[in-house]
Amino acid sequence: MKAMKRSLLALTIGGLLAATAAQAQISDNVIKIGVLSDMSSLYTDLAGAGSVAAARMAVEDSGIEKRGYKVEYVSADHQNKPDVGSAIARQWYDTDKVDVIVDVPNSGVALAVNQITKDKNKVFLANGPASSDLTGKACTPNTVHWTYDTWMLANGTGSAIVKSGGDTWFFITADYAFGHALERDTAAVVTKNGGKVLGAVKVPLNTQDFSSFLLQAQASKAKIVGLANAGGDTTNSIKQAAEFGIVKGGQNLAGLLVFLTDVHALGLQNAQGLIITNTFYWDANDQTRAFAKRFAERDKGIHPTMVHAGVYASVLHYLKAVEALKSDEGAKVVAKMKEMPTDDPLFGKGTIRADGRKIHPAYLVEVKKPSESKGPWDYYKVRATIPADQAFRPLKDGECPLVK
Amino acid sequence: MQALFGQLLIGLINGAFYAMLSLGLAVIFGLLNIINFTHGAQYMMGAFFAWFMLTKLGVGYWWSLLLAPIVVGAFGMLIERTMLARLYKLDHLYGLLLTFGLALIIQGVFRNEFGSSGLPYQIPPVLTGGMNLGFMFLPIYRGWVIVASLIVCLSTWYVIERTKLGSYLRAATENRALVQAFGINVPRMITLTFGFGVGLAALAGVMAAPIYQVNPLMGADLIIVVFAVVVIGGMGSIMGAILTGFGLGVVEGLTKYFYPEASNTVIFVIMVIVLMIKPAGLFGRER
Amino acid sequence: MATAVPIATPVRRSRSGVLVGTAVMAALLAIAPFAGIYPVFMMKALCFALFACAFNLLLGFGGLLSFGHAMFLGTAGYVCAHAAKVWGFPPELAIATGTVASAGLGVVVGSLAIRRQGIYFAMITLAVAQMMYFFYLQTPFTHGEDGIQAVPRGVLFGVFDLSKILTMYYVVLVVFLAGFLFIYRVIHSPFGQVLKAIRENEPRAISLGYDADRYKLIAFILSAALAGLAGAVKAIVFQLASLTDVHWTMSGEVVLMTLLGGMGTIFGPVVGAFFIIALESYLAGFGEWVTVITGVIFVVCVLAFRRGIVGELAAWWAKARG
Repeated sequence: MKAMKRSLLALTIGGLLAATAAQAQISDNVIKIGVLSDMSSLYTDLAGAGSVAAARMAVEDSGIEKRGYKVEYVSADHQNKPDVGSAIARQWYDTDKVDVIVDVPNSGVALAVNQITKDKNKVFLANGPASSDLTGKACTPNTVHWTYDTWMLANGTGSAIVKSGGDTWFFITADYAFGHALERDTAAVVTKNGGKVLGAVKVPLNTQDFSSFLLQAQASKAKIVGLANAGGDTTNSIKQAAEFGIVKGGQNLAGLLVFLTDVHALGLQNAQGLIITNTFYWDANDQTRAFAKRFAERDKGIHPTMVHAGVYASVLHYLKAVEALKSDEGAKVVAKMKEMPTDDPLFGKGTIRADGRKIHPAYLVEVKKPSESKGPWDYYKVRATIPADQAFRPLKDGECPLVK
Repeated sequence: MQALFGQLLIGLINGAFYAMLSLGLAVIFGLLNIINFTHGAQYMMGAFFAWFMLTKLGVGYWWSLLLAPIVVGAFGMLIERTMLARLYKLDHLYGLLLTFGLALIIQGVFRNEFGSSGLPYQIPPVLTGGMNLGFMFLPIYRGWVIVASLIVCLSTWYVIERTKLGSYLRAATENRALVQAFGINVPRMITLTFGFGVGLAALAGVMAAPIYQVNPLMGADLIIVVFAVVVIGGMGSIMGAILTGFGLGVVEGLTKYFYPEASNTVIFVIMVIVLMIKPAGLFGRER
Repeated sequence: MATAVPIATPVRRSRSGVLVGTAVMAALLAIAPFAGIYPVFMMKALCFALFACAFNLLLGFGGLLSFGHAMFLGTAGYVCAHAAKVWGFPPELAIATGTVASAGLGVVVGSLAIRRQGIYFAMITLAVAQMMYFFYLQTPFTHGEDGIQAVPRGVLFGVFDLSKILTMYYVVLVVFLAGFLFIYRVIHSPFGQVLKAIRENEPRAISLGYDADRYKLIAFILSAALAGLAGAVKAIVFQLASLTDVHWTMSGEVVLMTLLGGMGTIFGPVVGAFFIIALESYLAGFGEWVTVITGVIFVVCVLAFRRGIVGELAAWWAKARG
């Protein structure tokens, strides 16, 4: 009796082991997606709940669940704090069995998540952050940097504006790492293209009142006032620039990092004439329009920003890679993603380079005047398209250790 | 030189806000010995009230100027009656902790409801545009802010320092029992004064709505600066709060011109110096 | 100023009760990882518990409300992180450097702030903390909003590999217990008695010949140093030093932990810290509700629960015993 029980036990254990071994490729049999975003503060509208919706849409559109794979989601608010974001990422990887982290609109948090993802051999699809270091000094085999970065912004907006006549600049810069980097990169581009930087002023983060800095910008008589800041700082400076008649006085504002939702918050009255670089606009073609309509239904009528689009496209491509590989193991999936060319309704055809940088074209857009807009969210007119091979920093210039 | 004059004028405009906000705080602390950490949140509520009035009910700026202080002030009086009044017997630091907690609640609720991106509020049509003063282009609205703020501050000062009502109030803070013995309802007076101080914050909020983004955190970082202003001016002095508010706005404006990186810290440096040399503040009396 | 109840009225405890409590606490904490509790969460709670205990030394036993204590947590964190990452210090040396930095800051700030009392004292600490915040925001070595990242865990004393999570955990536990017991010794020493006397009635203590300012300053420096120790260890555990640790909301948080747990009790801050960290961890998915609930706890504690969890429990126990 005892012997039979023991062998029955052994058989059961053996059977279970065999079963789990067969399914061991997809960890825990579930593809678990973690959307780590800013759910409550200055980036909520451009990412936030919309990113969660975009991720879900991507999973649905890929049809992967119908082919027998299980997908689960978690989401959390990193509050733009590296300590909060890294703690969530750590816990997600350690105890919650998350396989891939998506979004993370904040470079500081992204750099932290980037490191932890490498340490634990998972995947990080960075759609939200700006820092070009993610495909530079801090590049890892586990991260794909989608959507945009500071180099692209500086090069896109900077060179396009200088070439179209805006050759003297004055910078209003958020006084922290991201702002400094953006100013430095854009200034380099301006001078390289024959323009001149007439001056710059560093402004503490989360400043409410830009009047004195705008005054300095006016006094400099620069043709372009470059806003090397983001979020609330950008919308504040734009609003107050309108008040002080900067644009009416003949100068133009260059928003170096502005999203569709920022324009919506400002209203066309304040934002008209702003020149910005984005990699996605919902009104570009029928496919993007269809996506926007479905997206708006899920996200309180908000139309997708390039970050939302990036979440959708990156998750779609990730799932393709996982299915092709039949595994969700960290660096291997990313390698597969780099191997497979991308093709989605939002960014079109593109590739992912060895340093993790996703390559696609960028658009230089100008914000319409109120009279030119046919309704809410109809905000941009496309001034120029920057081809994909010119939009991002050349591979050799990035100092990425993966690229030799 | 021209640029400097422009900066000084800007500083004066900022100072107008500091003055109005610190006035409310000074009234509440100076007269009632209550530390109202919710002041920033109430300033924010005033701005949101104006936004709500305009966007949902189509009621304009001028009505909001009148109604916001009343509505938010009433809310303040409710807080005072139901919660703060219980803490008067205890160490004043409890009042600070309570109002700190209330500020967190109010700001958290608004953030949940409205996010943090900020909501637009247009400058009232009659005040748009600007004047070219030669050394700078001054938006009319900002000029209005200075004027309105001066009127509000000076009338408040006058009421408190020069009228009978004001003298009752000042007496009540010195010797509550005696004043009550004269038949004056002291608790009611205190509640109304608290409401008035809060109303001032809300008024500042309405005035700020067209030029700063209306967002749930607009008061959070401002409140600490305003505290510094009140401490420098003298916690009990109304005129001190007004003069220091305007003065510090100008100092901040100068710093922004000469050394912008320090513009955030200059007020605190001054506060520490003042607290070291004259802890009652520049215009205050030692209690 | 009218006569006011001092901000902390502690409950008397028996020495043996405290020692038993400490032993139980240490035992529970030691087996926690094996009971399935996530060690990283425990380490965070332990660091904050130490921070809160340090704060309580100043508030509960010294009667001084510092509204800028985050500057000590953060300064040590930044210095330690920089020492470990850029100067390549081993963890024990990096933590020591961080702690010393905070103690030094404590000397400077304490000498300034002690000269004033009550609300003015709190305002000075708040002002200096704000200045430190803006300083750290702009100084290059902190990397501002990004913080100092990828701080190496290192090998403690050349023997203990801190990248192993259990090793790290027990090191943190030992540091916490050491700090906790140190505070206990300080409170029950002659120094501690004088401090309590000064808190209850300063003029009388002075009239008895005690230099009140010197005692308060020493308490301030000790509190700053221990807060720094907590911050430095935290930087090693999370391999990150960020602006969150020097922001004034962090100062508010430690006040809340102490208030909720029980000011002037020895276990109060520990309970309060664990409670708040657990709450934040649980509510992390609910966005701004964390702030709202934190605020509600503040309000409730101030209005109806001033003795805090441990204080109320102790009072109930005392009453139950007759």
